[in-house]
Amino acid sequence: MEFKRITLLCGHYGSGKTNVAINLAYLLKKERERVAIADLDIVNPYFRTKDSAKELSEKGIELIVSEYAGSNVDIPALPQQMYSITDDKSLNAVIDVGGDDRGALALGRLSDAIKAENDYEMVLVINCFRPLTPDAASTAQVMKEIETASKIPFTAIINNSNIGPETTKEDVKSSLAYAKEISEITGLPILFTTVKEGLYEELKGEIDNLLPLTLQSKINDFT
Amino acid sequence: MADKVLMKGNEAIAEAAIIAGCRHYFGYPITPQTEIAAYMAKRMPKIGGCFLQAESEIAAINMVYGVSSTGHRVMTSSSSPGISLKGEGISYLAGADLPALIVNVQRGGPGLGGIQPSQSDYFQATKGAAHGDFHMIVLAPASVQEMADLTVKGFELADKYRMTSMILADGTMGQMMEPVSLDYDIKEMPEKPWATTGTNMEREHNIVNSLFLSPEQLETENFKRYERYKYIEENEALYEEYMMDDAEICVAAFGIAARVAKNAINAAREKGIKVGLIRPITLWPFPVAPFKKAAKQVQQVISVELSMGQMIEDIRLATECKVPVTLCNRVGGMIPSPEQVLKAIEDANGGAK
Repeated sequence: MEFKRITLLCGHYGSGKTNVAINLAYLLKKERERVAIADLDIVNPYFRTKDSAKELSEKGIELIVSEYAGSNVDIPALPQQMYSITDDKSLNAVIDVGGDDRGALALGRLSDAIKAENDYEMVLVINCFRPLTPDAASTAQVMKEIETASKIPFTAIINNSNIGPETTKEDVKSSLAYAKEISEITGLPILFTTVKEGLYEELKGEIDNLLPLTLQSKINDFT
Repeated sequence: MADKVLMKGNEAIAEAAIIAGCRHYFGYPITPQTEIAAYMAKRMPKIGGCFLQAESEIAAINMVYGVSSTGHRVMTSSSSPGISLKGEGISYLAGADLPALIVNVQRGGPGLGGIQPSQSDYFQATKGAAHGDFHMIVLAPASVQEMADLTVKGFELADKYRMTSMILADGTMGQMMEPVSLDYDIKEMPEKPWATTGTNMEREHNIVNSLFLSPEQLETENFKRYERYKYIEENEALYEEYMMDDAEICVAAFGIAARVAKNAINAAREKGIKVGLIRPITLWPFPVAPFKKAAKQVQQVISVELSMGQMIEDIRLATECKVPVTLCNRVGGMIPSPEQVLKAIEDANGGAK
């Protein structure tokens, strides 16, 4: 993938944006000096980018996050450093946006600057195993709602279809037609199809642009 | 295509409720359960149901009372402080013998507390949601699948016994995502001859009410209700046992704490410690039988809770204090780690070896 300076990850609620964002930041760090991941999620109270703060810091990735994320404060706050994403051109940023149009509202404040600079990828993260986006039509509908709220048109798709740890090879393969249909409806290219690390070797070569994902660690205590 | 979908616990409750025939949801937003309301807001208009964001929790629970009176399956959901607000309405539902499903996705307390997970509403759910003598059936899911399964079961039990069922989950159960199968064989809605559906001039009119002018009658109603409760205690307790066959130490935990405990038990077993788990699935009725049995078998019971020790009191009653019952806990939105539980198990086993 040819990274733009800013990679925005939007999509339906629970499509896996945070996990994809962290993995893209790792990937980006391999080829760029200064990389930041920005958590602009104003919807989710739990399971935030901040849960991976230690791993990100170890890899030298800057974390732009509201000081209230993961705290007991229940306000949809945006991080005060968020303007550095558009102001500081030496920064390469992955932006993890909250789900649905409600989450994408947070981008409204940055959209003019992002579009003016025109060095961004606006990625639609999709998962056909989420109950409210089981098909291309419902996913495309959510996509339109997000574009209206964010004021930024999408430029690409990441197919992150999975049902968590139980995801099989067949599940990933069965999602390809869904992703392709959305790509055809919207005219957007599919940047990646993601798989959990364990399935990568098995599917390598069978699927174009396959991206292995490491999962965030916090959940492991509960499985 | 897999027959499973990936859902948040909160969404699983909402979809399972719809599958169970619930077409009326009333609520007021509060973290960490807001996804239930958000999901209902999207789904109900598409299936001819009613989603209504009430002006307050108190309004929402009284709307539940109204719909339940007409015999329809109805629910509300909230998180800890919001459930406290619903207390009066919950007692009125009990006094009028009305079925309903109430979901509490708990957060830290007391007071406004915080938005991180907790199990500190155990007392409230099982002993004293509000004034008067009454119980709710309290179901404690430990997976997203159980969030859905127990929602369906909660509606069925509520109708069967004409009382409130509560799903007592915690913030993590509400927020975490897991694969879930929503394949239910929903029986026909039970007859509700007591419902206020109009007489068509063909029967005596029904009255739904919790006010009784004669103390003798109010006493009789209470006695009748407690006969029903006794039957439920004897017949509806649910629990899971894990590695209890040869256990010398018993860990007791429900919900998210039980998942952490299982990890710790697996680690302890690898070290040769004979430890097992009793996981209550119904908190009321409390599963007394497995603890009675464990009291004759184990040296110690460790209650793992996200509270200052609430279920521990029911364990002491169930074991009749025959073995020591100790507490391993975190509170305020914190969750015990598997390492902390493992240490408690090792301590019970005479310290780390």
